[in-house]
Amino acid sequence: MPNLDTNTALPATPQDSPGSVGIVVPQTVHFDTPLPLLCGKTLPEYDLIYETYGELNPNKSNAILVCHALSGNHHAAGRHAADDKRAGWWDACIGPGKVIDTNQFHIVSINNIGGCHGSTGPKSNNPDTGKPYGPDFPIVTAKDWVETQVRLADVLGIDQWAAVIGGSLGGMQALQWSIDHPERLRHAVVIAAAPVLSAQNIAFNEIARKAILSDPEFHGGHYYEKQSFPKTGLILARMLGHITYLSDEAMRDKFGRELREGKLKFDYNVEFQVESYLNYQGVQFSENFDANSYLLMTRALDYFDPAADYNSDLSAAVARAQCRFMLMSFTTDWRFAPARSQEIVDALIQAGKNVSYAEIDCPQGHDSFLLDIPQYTDLFRAYMDGIAQELSQ
Amino acid sequence: MTLRNDFTTIESWIKPQSRVLDLGCGDGTLLAQLKQSLDVHGYGLEINPTQMVECIKKGVNVIGQNMDENLANFKTDSFDMVVMTQALQAVHYPDQIIDEMLRIGKECIITFPNFAHWRCRFYLLTKGRMPVSKNLPYTWYNTPNIHLCTFKDFEALCHRKSLTILHRTVVDSHENDSIGAKLMPNLFGETAIYHITRHH
Repeated sequence: MPNLDTNTALPATPQDSPGSVGIVVPQTVHFDTPLPLLCGKTLPEYDLIYETYGELNPNKSNAILVCHALSGNHHAAGRHAADDKRAGWWDACIGPGKVIDTNQFHIVSINNIGGCHGSTGPKSNNPDTGKPYGPDFPIVTAKDWVETQVRLADVLGIDQWAAVIGGSLGGMQALQWSIDHPERLRHAVVIAAAPVLSAQNIAFNEIARKAILSDPEFHGGHYYEKQSFPKTGLILARMLGHITYLSDEAMRDKFGRELREGKLKFDYNVEFQVESYLNYQGVQFSENFDANSYLLMTRALDYFDPAADYNSDLSAAVARAQCRFMLMSFTTDWRFAPARSQEIVDALIQAGKNVSYAEIDCPQGHDSFLLDIPQYTDLFRAYMDGIAQELSQ
Repeated sequence: MTLRNDFTTIESWIKPQSRVLDLGCGDGTLLAQLKQSLDVHGYGLEINPTQMVECIKKGVNVIGQNMDENLANFKTDSFDMVVMTQALQAVHYPDQIIDEMLRIGKECIITFPNFAHWRCRFYLLTKGRMPVSKNLPYTWYNTPNIHLCTFKDFEALCHRKSLTILHRTVVDSHENDSIGAKLMPNLFGETAIYHITRHH
């Protein structure tokens, strides 16, 4: 499930949309080489599920890795079945003739480990016990995800990505790639990201986790065996998160103080449209996401710190990078505000790296990166066209 | 503001492989040219989205930052050359931005239109109204050019700040350094190109 793309007009059927990649079929690779993790533990084996869009060229130089955000997955574009109600989470940007053009590029979109949509995560069976990992699934980080993505690239025969691209937590992975494997990407597109979470960011994550952890149905994370699910906690966590994805302006425009039934009822049931919307989003999300995965993804955000091994000096960290960078932020994004992207840009300039940066003026908040906003799309497209031109040189 | 043949002059004052910051870089033409001819490592500051797209199309590093608000994120002495073409007259505090340019860079190159050009003088003298020309096409109430100055004004400022003028070239409307512009620059020169430093 994407963070939010309710503003995106979806075609009635994929056949109607010339810009759709159409029906896509996910693929899974099993890895049985143990994966050492940042936390000190080792994942003995794991599956990675991914989708691809567009053809890989003969010299395998046109591959692009798309990294997902907190609640995303491998299903970034197209549909799994003709009657799917929604397309993949970044369908606004990926497709023939779109910003990330499948006529030019071979796009690989992966579900990170720890997730709950096909790659190994807390709800997968622990090979040692034959039962779901649950809370015993090791805490993974962006750094670990990059290692799994490297291994997938090896399997696919992709020595160097034309670009690694992502928004929010996805952008953080792109930044991590540029530092950890500088020779394996030519471009990093980092959108609506931050170099490290702020105390306020962590605070919101903590409340989200607390909502899940304190749900009586959570059972210390072992809810699978008990046929229960901390639905209320996950709904609360998502409602809270959702507020941070939207701007004050966007919420005011969308809901204002509008009432569902036109008059005050003087009780505590859902009355305002915004309450109704948040509840709906929370419920929808809880039906498609695993609570243990949500805990883990928020922790991965908290722990993201690419400068940690460089005395917290980001410019020293990015000094290793060899790729060109494109960063974009959104004026009304208060989750990862433009100033946070500017920190990355300053570090890159200080390190003498090639970087372009745009602050997009739009009202939609953090989730803007998922939307087709002209100023954003124009800049993004110009940058992607440049990458495509390099392929033919 | 399309007097871009000044770029050839600017190019001749920049050393190969310099780190160059271009304030108000427009569509990135200068930086693209400098990259090609001198292999400079450049960044441009620009806030117009259409111009930024043009920069990206040229493969120029462009940063969407308003040079008129704050340049504090650029470290002291982090560039060899800071360039600002045809924008000095449009910033809020020209004196402060010159200070900032010479903090960030060792040297800077500034170009600006000369308000004491004979056509401006003639316009004001005969019509008694604020000059409007091909070079300065705006009327007083909608112009972005809020700090127009003359060559003499600029040099007086340099003198007050004890800055060293390394080079100065003046060009007329045909972007040539004509005899008139050479002999009486403040009367016949339309655009000035100054190369300055705070070191002696």
